[in-house]
Amino acid sequence: MIRILSAAVLAAVTALPVAAQDKPSNTECIAPAAPGGGWDFICRTVAKVLRDEGLIDGTMQVTNMTGGGGGVAYAHVVSKRNEDEKLLIAASNGTTTRLAQGAFPGATEDDVRWLASFGAEYGVIAVAADSEIDDLPELVEMMKADPRSVSFAGGSAVGGYDHLKILKLAKVAELEDVRQVKYVAFSGGGEAMTQVLGGSITAFSGDFSEVRGFVEAGDMRIVAVLSPERLEQFDQFPTAIEQGYDVTGPNWRGLYVPKGISDETYDAWNQAIQKMVASEEFQKIRADQGIEALDLFGADADKFVHENVAEIRALSKEIGLIQ
Amino acid sequence: MEFLSSLGVGFDAALTFSNLGIALIGAFLGTMMGALPGLGPANGVAILIPIAFSIGLGPLPSLILMTSVYYGAMYGGRISSILLNIPGDEPAMMTCLDGYPMARKGMAGEALSLSGIASFIGAIFATIGLALLAPQLVKIALLFGPAEYFALFTIAFATLGGISSTNQAKAAFAAAVGLAIAMIGVDTQTGVQRFTFGEVHLFDGIDFLIAIVGLFALSEVFIFLEHRGSGDHKEQGITSIGRVLAPWSMIRSCIPTFGRSTVIGFLAGVLPGAGASLGSFLSYSVEKQIVDPTGKTFGKGDPRGVAAPEVGNNAAAGGALVPMLALGVPGSGTTAVLLAVLLSLNITPGPLLFSQNPDVVWGLIAALFIANVMLLILNIPLVGLFSRVLLVPVHILMPLVAMVSFVGIYGISGSSFDLILMVIFGVVGWLFRKLDIPLVPVILGILLGNEMEVNLRRAMTLSDGDWLTLVGSPLSITLWALAIIGFVAPMIFGRKVKRAIAEESDEIAVGD
Repeated sequence: MIRILSAAVLAAVTALPVAAQDKPSNTECIAPAAPGGGWDFICRTVAKVLRDEGLIDGTMQVTNMTGGGGGVAYAHVVSKRNEDEKLLIAASNGTTTRLAQGAFPGATEDDVRWLASFGAEYGVIAVAADSEIDDLPELVEMMKADPRSVSFAGGSAVGGYDHLKILKLAKVAELEDVRQVKYVAFSGGGEAMTQVLGGSITAFSGDFSEVRGFVEAGDMRIVAVLSPERLEQFDQFPTAIEQGYDVTGPNWRGLYVPKGISDETYDAWNQAIQKMVASEEFQKIRADQGIEALDLFGADADKFVHENVAEIRALSKEIGLIQ
Repeated sequence: MEFLSSLGVGFDAALTFSNLGIALIGAFLGTMMGALPGLGPANGVAILIPIAFSIGLGPLPSLILMTSVYYGAMYGGRISSILLNIPGDEPAMMTCLDGYPMARKGMAGEALSLSGIASFIGAIFATIGLALLAPQLVKIALLFGPAEYFALFTIAFATLGGISSTNQAKAAFAAAVGLAIAMIGVDTQTGVQRFTFGEVHLFDGIDFLIAIVGLFALSEVFIFLEHRGSGDHKEQGITSIGRVLAPWSMIRSCIPTFGRSTVIGFLAGVLPGAGASLGSFLSYSVEKQIVDPTGKTFGKGDPRGVAAPEVGNNAAAGGALVPMLALGVPGSGTTAVLLAVLLSLNITPGPLLFSQNPDVVWGLIAALFIANVMLLILNIPLVGLFSRVLLVPVHILMPLVAMVSFVGIYGISGSSFDLILMVIFGVVGWLFRKLDIPLVPVILGILLGNEMEVNLRRAMTLSDGDWLTLVGSPLSITLWALAIIGFVAPMIFGRKVKRAIAEESDEIAVGD
């Protein structure tokens, strides 16, 4: 009995990888993280909409390949799947940040082809509702007067995007030494916000979706949204730009494909993804998730990613994170 | 009463025929997943997410399925701990310490049914606590800054020595090994890679599941291989299962344990980042300090040593839902996966959840009650079935353990690197057992080491390197005092311990 049950559970566990190998002719999307994360969501959304819109034959297999913050998947694609014409891989700011900082050993942004960016979540800077800080200029003045008196909490590691957003702000505000700015890393936006609410940290740096529930409940207050213009659905929150600091922090979401595929295949994927983004279903999912449009395809996406990497690389050098 | 009427609404939504069926399936699957080494609650829930979505379950049925798997795995983890000395998941590790000795004494049935009851009590009181106190409990989580967390983790390490070995130096060595392994991977406070040697598979650190499965399950297989054919393998000593139901006197003697461990486990669960492992660990060590400071019966098959960690980890599992629902902060790996489920169901956990989605929250809480009753009903009659595992010949059981280990780990990461790593852990575990070095502190080092270090560093960053910040609040001072007491008390009792050991030198604790 026990053995039969174990076998049943094992079958359930192994079903996914086995299926992937049995039907190599099927299309596949690699999510370089465990089920449930942002990359996983990209792949599952893309797979679903592509199928519902009839843009691919049959179903698209979603494979979770964890490790190295996406590095394992990146190395896998470059070394073993370089000519796989049926493969998409989910990517975001996390991918470009690690590429810029050389966290994927021996790999650069030129080892794959960037296919599309189809959404962005903008960064925010928020404080506890009972904080004395009213707006961004006030926060920046405090940082300028004594950089060590202000601390920021965020859900990414030091050098990660939540940290880089603060450094971008510090640079625009012309702080003498941006390295003086205190950033404390937590293992998620929620944990970081708990510490801001608990009073041990001045302000929170994260994405809008992380802070939204707390703001609506009246626990947190948004000081600035790091978007080019006010958010479409939440236009009550001021941007950093309108407060005099030219900083944006888009956390983009998109896809890349292997380097070795033919131009025809690349164009075909490009067309399919553009149609997918234009579909009603995709637009609805994106709006439900509170993600803004940042639609760039093909050459535009490629250019965007290269600029993104270059910017992060320059910033990382400045703070001494890389040589 | 508003609370009761809200709960009534929840039960109203949850008590449908199909929901009960889903809860039963989830409870059963969860128990099996918990019992299999390598497949813990987090993986169990993660595996079911795509299934739930593809068969188009609504928000409430999906949540019922996930939570009954979650609680089921918490129940199931104890089974292989008690029967095989292999923890089914990481919070069940402490259950090995007294559960396995009980099974070796021919009391496997009693140990299983007692721990089933303990799991039920821990979970049901934690669920009541969750329903009554969730909004208030959030304030406790807010009291804990980095310095307080550091002191909390220090308690765990300070009380480690008294737990799992008669030899303090060996326990300390094992904990140091665990801490060293915890250092591997990216350091979040500086973004620098440590001890990864340019190997991309190590960048995220070593998953403690690989370490657990290697150290406990595979090393068991190696020990079997070593004794193959010689007939002196220890498993063969077990022939009788014992009673299928624990006698009332045994349950009654555990009632104070139930009370203490529920509170400790629940509070550990409420704190984000502490979780079920810390809950079961603290419950066990506190129980040992209170009931048996001289180490006479704990570690040798004391029923209270089985009850405490099981109550603790199930209470923590309920407690961990508090910050998840009320703050959107997952208190453990599994609640992190549950959080993802909620988000993909378009439900945003956070301060507003209780007012915006009362049907979901109260339906979920009702589902937890249902899952628990179901699990108790499922687990007690099945004790006989589970304990038959002991009668499976070792030469069939061990290859099965090896197979489950390999498939379980590969199923999580899909990486052969992790399999090699698991084998290395297996060899290390085998060596440690030969040298009588306890394995539990290694896992605790890996599990808690990172959090402890990171919180110290956060506290230092915030205070600009002023160490006094660590004792800067009444709460942290209290926690430090507890840590010191936990560390010193066994030393004072140490002489008695030695005498007790000398008296019972023929009955050596299994210790791993």
